[in-house]
This record gives sequence, C-alpha cells and structure tokens, in this order.
Amino acid sequence: MTNNVIIVGAGIIGAACARALAVAGVEVTVIDRGTVAGGTSAACEGNLLISDKGPGHELVLAQYASTLWKHTVAELAEQLGDTFPSVEYDPKGGLVVATTVTGAGPLLSFAAGQRGAGVDAWTIDADEARRLEPDLGPAVEAAVYYPEDAQVQPTIATEALMASARLHGARVLENTPVLGPIHDSAGALVGVRIPSGELRAGRVLVAAGPWSGQVANLLGVYLPVRPRRGELLVTTRMRHRIFHKVYDADYVGAVGSDDGALQTSSVVESTASGTVLIGSSRQQVGFDSSLRVDALSEIAAKAIRLFPFLADVAVMRSYGGFRPFMPDHLPVIGEDPRMPGLWHATGHEGAGIGLSLATAVLIRDLMLGIIPPIDASPYSASRASLAPHLVDVA
Amino acid sequence: MGPRLFPFGVDPIRPEPTTPLTIILDGVPVAGVAGQSVAGVILAGGTLGFRRTSVHGTPRGVFCGIGICYDCLVEVNGRRDVRACQRRATEGDVVTTQHDALPPGGAAA
Amino acid sequence: MNASNIQVLVIGAGPAGLAAARAARARGASVTLLDSSDQLGGQFWRHLPPERPSAEERMLHHGWATFRELSETLEADDGCQIFRGAQVWAIERSPERVDGTAVGLPGAVHVVVGEPDGVGRQRLALRPNAIVLATGAHDRTLPFPGWDLPGVFTGGAAQALAKGERLAVGRRVVVAGAGPFLLPVAAALATTGATVLGVFEANRAAALVRGWLPNPWELVGAANKGTELAGYLAGHLRHRIPYRLGRAVVAAHGSDRVESVTIASVAADWAPIPGTEQRIEVDAVCVSHGFTPRLELAIAAGCALTADRFVKVDDGQGTSVSSVFAAGEITGIGGVDLALAEGRVAGHVAAGGTASDRELRQDRRRRRTFRGFAARLEAAHGIRSGWPGMLTDGTIVCRCEEVSFSALCGAAESTGSRSLRSLKLSTRVGLGICQGRVCGRTVEELLGRRLVGGLGDGVTADRRPIAAPIRLGELAADPVADVATSGVDEFDQRNSESTRGPT
Repeated sequence: MTNNVIIVGAGIIGAACARALAVAGVEVTVIDRGTVAGGTSAACEGNLLISDKGPGHELVLAQYASTLWKHTVAELAEQLGDTFPSVEYDPKGGLVVATTVTGAGPLLSFAAGQRGAGVDAWTIDADEARRLEPDLGPAVEAAVYYPEDAQVQPTIATEALMASARLHGARVLENTPVLGPIHDSAGALVGVRIPSGELRAGRVLVAAGPWSGQVANLLGVYLPVRPRRGELLVTTRMRHRIFHKVYDADYVGAVGSDDGALQTSSVVESTASGTVLIGSSRQQVGFDSSLRVDALSEIAAKAIRLFPFLADVAVMRSYGGFRPFMPDHLPVIGEDPRMPGLWHATGHEGAGIGLSLATAVLIRDLMLGIIPPIDASPYSASRASLAPHLVDVA
Repeated sequence: MGPRLFPFGVDPIRPEPTTPLTIILDGVPVAGVAGQSVAGVILAGGTLGFRRTSVHGTPRGVFCGIGICYDCLVEVNGRRDVRACQRRATEGDVVTTQHDALPPGGAAA
Repeated sequence: MNASNIQVLVIGAGPAGLAAARAARARGASVTLLDSSDQLGGQFWRHLPPERPSAEERMLHHGWATFRELSETLEADDGCQIFRGAQVWAIERSPERVDGTAVGLPGAVHVVVGEPDGVGRQRLALRPNAIVLATGAHDRTLPFPGWDLPGVFTGGAAQALAKGERLAVGRRVVVAGAGPFLLPVAAALATTGATVLGVFEANRAAALVRGWLPNPWELVGAANKGTELAGYLAGHLRHRIPYRLGRAVVAAHGSDRVESVTIASVAADWAPIPGTEQRIEVDAVCVSHGFTPRLELAIAAGCALTADRFVKVDDGQGTSVSSVFAAGEITGIGGVDLALAEGRVAGHVAAGGTASDRELRQDRRRRRTFRGFAARLEAAHGIRSGWPGMLTDGTIVCRCEEVSFSALCGAAESTGSRSLRSLKLSTRVGLGICQGRVCGRTVEELLGRRLVGGLGDGVTADRRPIAAPIRLGELAADPVADVATSGVDEFDQRNSESTRGPT
C-alpha cells in the first residue's frame, strides 16, 4: 500500500490527523468543500473537558487527550512563531454547580464515579465554590471542581494544527468537494473524484464532522452521524468576573442524552477578549441553522441562575454549529470493515476539539501499524454498540 | 475650541428658550440642555474622549453619532454599555466612563 | 385576504418607512410602525426634541413639510400603531405558510421596547402578515491613520448632532471623503456655527463628469434631488466653504484628541500622491466615503441580496421572501425621493395591492428616474481601489477590538487562511460590540484583495442573527405576543409629542 492519505475535512480532526501523519512522513492531502476551520471548529466553545464524561471509553480518550494538549500547544507556538495568533490554551479548571436540591445527589455520585476512574474531581462546599467564583448566585446546592478542564480557541487551534501540517508537507485543497469514490477492481477505495479530476491515495480518511455521514454516503457506505445543533451566546466585554468554566449540573445529562428535542444547560466562561461565552443548547433539527429564540431564552435564563449579575449584561452575538452526533455516543476512529481503504475519524459530538489530538494519535498509529498508546478497539467502526445503527433505515 | 451648542440668540431657526439640566460625569457636574443626548451633553461640556479602550488604553468618544459604532459606550445610573449618542440625558443622570481591562493574558490583537 | 385584515409591520420610520406605513394605511391594512429612536423621521429627518421647539426648524431640512404631513397623519391614525424606542433584535424565519391567502406569514419579529440600551425593556414577538423593511443605511468611513482619535467623526455624526441638538462637533472643521452627502454635512456644520475649512472629495472632476453627464436628462427628471444639491452648493458659496476635488484626509494627528489633519492629493484610484501633503489645524474632522445598507434584518428574514449587496426587490418592492418587502436605502443608495417612492410601492403591495396598480404610476416612474440617478452617484462618487494606500502598519482597522492593518495581514499570512470567519476568530476583527458594522466591508475588501484566490468561505460581514444587543435578563423574559394587550404603547408618552412642535 502506498504511503499516502487523503483526508476529507479541514476541521480540527482533519487538521490534527494531517499533522500527526505528516510528521510521521506520510504524504497527506486534505480536501474540504469550504475552507480550513469553516464548519463546527469555528462554531463551538473549544472545550477540553474531563468533567462532563463519566467512566467509559470516551473518558479514557479525553484523559489521554488532556496529556497531549500542553506540549502540543508549546510545540505549535515554537514552530509557528510570534506572528501566529495564540491558540489561547488555558487550563483554567471547571466548576460544576448543582443549582437544585434534586440535582445535587446525581452530581455528587457522578463525581464519585469519575474519581474511581482516575478523574480529579473535588467535591467542595458552597463557600469554597464562592471563593472560586465570587459572583455565583444563591442557588449552590453542591459543587465539584475539576482542575483538569481546559480551554482553547478552537478556530486558531485548527489553523495552527493545519499550518503545522503544511510545514511538514501536507497539502490542503480548499473549495474542493468530494464528488465520488474511486475503487480498484477489488472494491477497495483508492481515491476520490473532485471537480478538477481524480485524487488517488492508499487511504481516504473521512473527518468531516457532522457532514461525515454525507461524505461516507458519497463514498458508498452508510454512517449514522447526525448533526446536533448547539447555540451559544457571546456577551459584550466586561471586567473579568468569571474565572473558570462554570456549568450547571444539567450539562452532564444533556450531553449524554439521545433526546432530539431542545435541551439547554448552562456553560459560562470568560474569553481572552473579555467577553463571556454562554452555552449551550442541543437540538436535533437537521442542518437547519436558523435562529431559535426559545433556545437562546432558555440558555440566558439558566446562565442567570448561575450568575445573577449576568441579567444586566448585554448579549451582542450568537452563533451556532452542528455537532457530529453518534447514536452510541462514541466517536468512530479507524478503518471501515465494509470498505478497505476507507477510514473514519468522526462522531465526536461536542468533544471534538478536546479529543482531536488523541484521535490523531490513534489514526496515525493504526495506519502505520503501530500499537496505539490506548486501546483503539472501543472506537472501531466494527464495535458491537454501533452494529445495530449501521443499517441505513432512512 | 471643540464642540459647542449653537449660541441660542444667534441660531437662525429661532429657538425658544431651553431648559437647563445637569448630569454627573465621573463625579463632576456637566451642564446641558433638556432633550440632549448624554453624548451631546458630554461633548458640549468639552470632553471628546470619554472611554479608554481595552487593548491600548487610548481615548474614544463619539464617532458615528447614530448608534452604529458603539464607541461612545458609558455606564448610566449603574447600567453599562449604554450608547451615549442614543440615550437622552435626564436631570441628575450619573454617568460613569467605561474602561474594561482585558483578563490577565488576554488577547492583544 | 381583505386588506383590512392584513397586519403590516413597518420596521424603520425614516422616509421609506413613513411612506410605506402611509400607503399601507391608505389601502386599509392595519399598520405597526417601529423605530429604535424616540422620534420619527430617521436619520434624514433627525430633528430637535419636543423640549426644544424652534420657529424655523424647517430651515435645517429638505422636505420638512412632507415629513410633518406623513408623521402627523400617522400619529393621528388609530389604525397605525407606532412604537418608538423599539429595537428589533431578531427575526425568526417561519417555515409555515398559510395557504389560500394572498399573504403568507413571514415569521416572528422580536422587539424590545424601552429606552435605548435600557434594562428590562419589554419584549414583543410580532407575527404580522407582511413586513416592510426600511432600515436605511449608515455612513461608511474607510480607516486612515488617526481615525480612532476623539474628534474624528463620521459625516452622519456631525449632521445628527447639528440637526438633533444644534451642536457643532467642532469650531474649525474639515469635511472629507466622497459623495454628495459631504455637502449637506458641511452645510449642517456651517449653519450650526462651525467654521468649515474645506470639503475634500476624493474623486476627481473627470470621475464626477463621467458619473453625472452621460444622461443629463435623468438629472432633469430627478429635479427635486438636483434642486437639493444645488441648494447645498449655493449654501457653500454663501458660507465660503472651499470644495476641493481629488483630495483626501490621509491622517489625523493629536494625542488625546484630533489637533490637525493631513490633506493630500489622491490619484484617480484614491492612492495618496506623495509630496502633496498639507497639514491643517482643526478641532474636528468629519469623514464619510458613502453608505452601507443596514442589512442584518433582511438577511435574518432570508432575503436574497444583489451582487452589489443590497436587498433584491421586484417591481412591488417584494424581496425573495414572500410577504417581506424592502424600501429605501437597503435596496440601493438613492436619496430621499427614491426612498419615498419605494416606500409607497412597498406599503401598497404589502397591504394587498399589486405593483401595476394605477395609483402607483407616478411612483413607478419616479423610482425609475431616481434609480438611474443613484447609478450616476455611484459612478461619480464610489470608493476607488487605491484607498488602502492611506493605511500604515499601525492603522487600526477594527475600532472595537483595536486590530491593526498589520495584525490583520500578519494573521492572514501566517495562517494561510482564506476564510473570513476564521480570520475574524483568529484576529477578533469585526467581533467587537459593533459586530463589524464599521469595519466589516473594509476587512472583506482588504482580505479579498490580499489573499490569493480571494476569500473562500462565502461568509459576509453583514450577517448578524442578533441584530442589536439585548440584556440577558430581557432575553430570559417571556415575550408578549399580543401587542394590543401589552400596554407598551404607553411607553414614554412624552416622545409622542416629539413631532408636534411648532411648524
């Protein structure tokens, strides 16, 4: 097999995989129908979270990823130089607050379970929570502090990973949609058709986030990635008053939920520019990107419950993006057993920024035939939990 | 030199007498005329730059005058982010200038 | 649907919106008229507040009698509900359409009503049968070194403060930029007690001749506009204001406020010509290079735009979205008479009429004439490609986030990005509180020209789903859906007096 890969999708997953493969000497071509960081990677919070993950395979991937971020950020800064915008990596820690008595019990037992899986999760009392966040409202029934939670500016992180990939020889073709597959006589995928002709490579990696289902379909397989819309609010600039990532405990439930209807939970944090980012809603509405005022209202109400002073703060912008939702809540990382040559790195739901670096290591090692640092089989496209969803019922 | 209200007796549109009002800008009384915007009172009081920017700390004041640019933001009676050019001044308004520092390590473009 | 059952919502109470409201009422529709200001009239008829009656206020205006007639008629009309201090902050598109009726449902219009940038303003969610967007335009000012100093104003600021408060933004003032709007700005300053040291129009005589002369009959047709301009020119002579072509303010100087400006000759493409600089001491400078339509609501409603980025309209001023109409400067910069004609057509058709109706004959003709006039204006006064020659590395491009020209170019170069969205997020250009209203198109042009292959993500700076800041507490509150029972029409009754000063 030739030592080259086509990556479909120039978001953070594609960029991280491109960089990891290019550094390892693989000839990489990234194609995207739009531009680098043109989709979900430019429409999300940039969460590197441990706090929202219960014991299980996603947590393992997140824990591994969090060991990679710090030195990767330093490498990128050194390689790209001073003129490159900062990725704003900030290991600020997360504070989860139960604002209701009924929410307190589940939060505390969730944290206890996480501790059993090696998560740094400190149960703290309301006074301690207020020492961390003096402007918290009166509704603090329970609180857990997660020192491992961190943040990056996701768009810059994507651009930085891609710029680094380019410096290692990766080629990026923007405004280049996939039109269809190129198969060899045995049915293996050996390239893709693009508007200017054919691109051939030993492997094709689909890293198209929520659009991965569409791309897979074009290439001839069904993949149950669905878009789940998330909406965020951005306030005007203010003096620094929120110091951590602060969530109400509902967040944990909303992320893991299968419910397609509107759900919101509060995620509040300051950004490096002095604004406050408030999320987020989760709703399955296909690729409909139109504004939903009811979703914004709910997000606002919950944020005010955490931080009452926010009631007088003005929102100047909202943005929404589509998260790649998987029916069994795990990303797909690896080769597709149904079509040799086709690989996937997608389905990270709202955790793709954080999981990107770990995903890239798995993809690189699997492609190079090296044993990955963590077991890759739980994320395989042939895992048992995904099997019932691989039949296209639509 | 600087901005000023057109002297009352000279204005060809023949205005009727105006009603004075006073606002408090950063603790200092500034005289204006009823019906003026907060920005108008501040400008006519001789202050052009009444906000300091977050990145470079340079002064800003009225630029577009019609609510588009948000450069003239002030705090009025404890409420932030009020466009001084859009808000009518009322007697005794306590106006505080806004200078929002970036968070530590915050982005400087 | 019978016209009397049609609810027409008019957004914006400038010339186009007032004319639309009046025309919709004339057909019997019930009308709700919104404006973010506490006065009717828009920027064009910005006037003194009721606290400051003046016997001869009309002297400051063009078409004042028309304004008085329109506003007084609408204010006295029970079928027209007027909300002042009403800020539309979002439009939600509605997927539903009502079958079998002439007018579909254009979606929900979300409004906060109260004092500008207030707290706890009342939220409304309006679901009219038809919407007329008449949101107007604002000055476009290109960046130049020192344009962020206090004392540098847009032309619109000088005019608004002169007409609305009788305040001159300075004593020794220079007016510069491009377009016939510079003339009324200078006139407003001069009639408010300022000394206007000069009006500097970047375009040269040749461009003006090319723009104005090929079809002079159109100017005759546009008599009203011509007269207005002639009036301003005559005003200049009277006030002895020098009017210079082919010159531009290329820098403003001062420490905490503007103290002087540099004027330079510019080439036909507006690139400054070295060696022609001349410094003038000023205490204010007013700079405008044309207008930018206020498109966020039209975009939120789903309206298609033209290639030159105005709202695309048909003969009846209908947009690409059924039951959503547009009139005035958001469909093209053409002056007050075009806005009035478009407003009348839009209001009439929104209220169930058709574009070919007899009563619109005169408006259709005027609209044709004035649109031709608008094309002439653009040909003569449009922004030319050499303007970035004014920029230095340190020139602030995005005022809110203080992004310099070199920071913008450096980010584009180091990331290799061709995405406007990505470059906005990596530099913060256009992400500040004005949401790119001031710098958006400038940034698009600078990047589009600099990047090989241009911008590649198809994103524009004009999309703002949240069309105006709203406090989180307001956003969290439930909106009132039924205007009739909301009681918000009692908001600030004093403002309803604002157009009832002496005539």
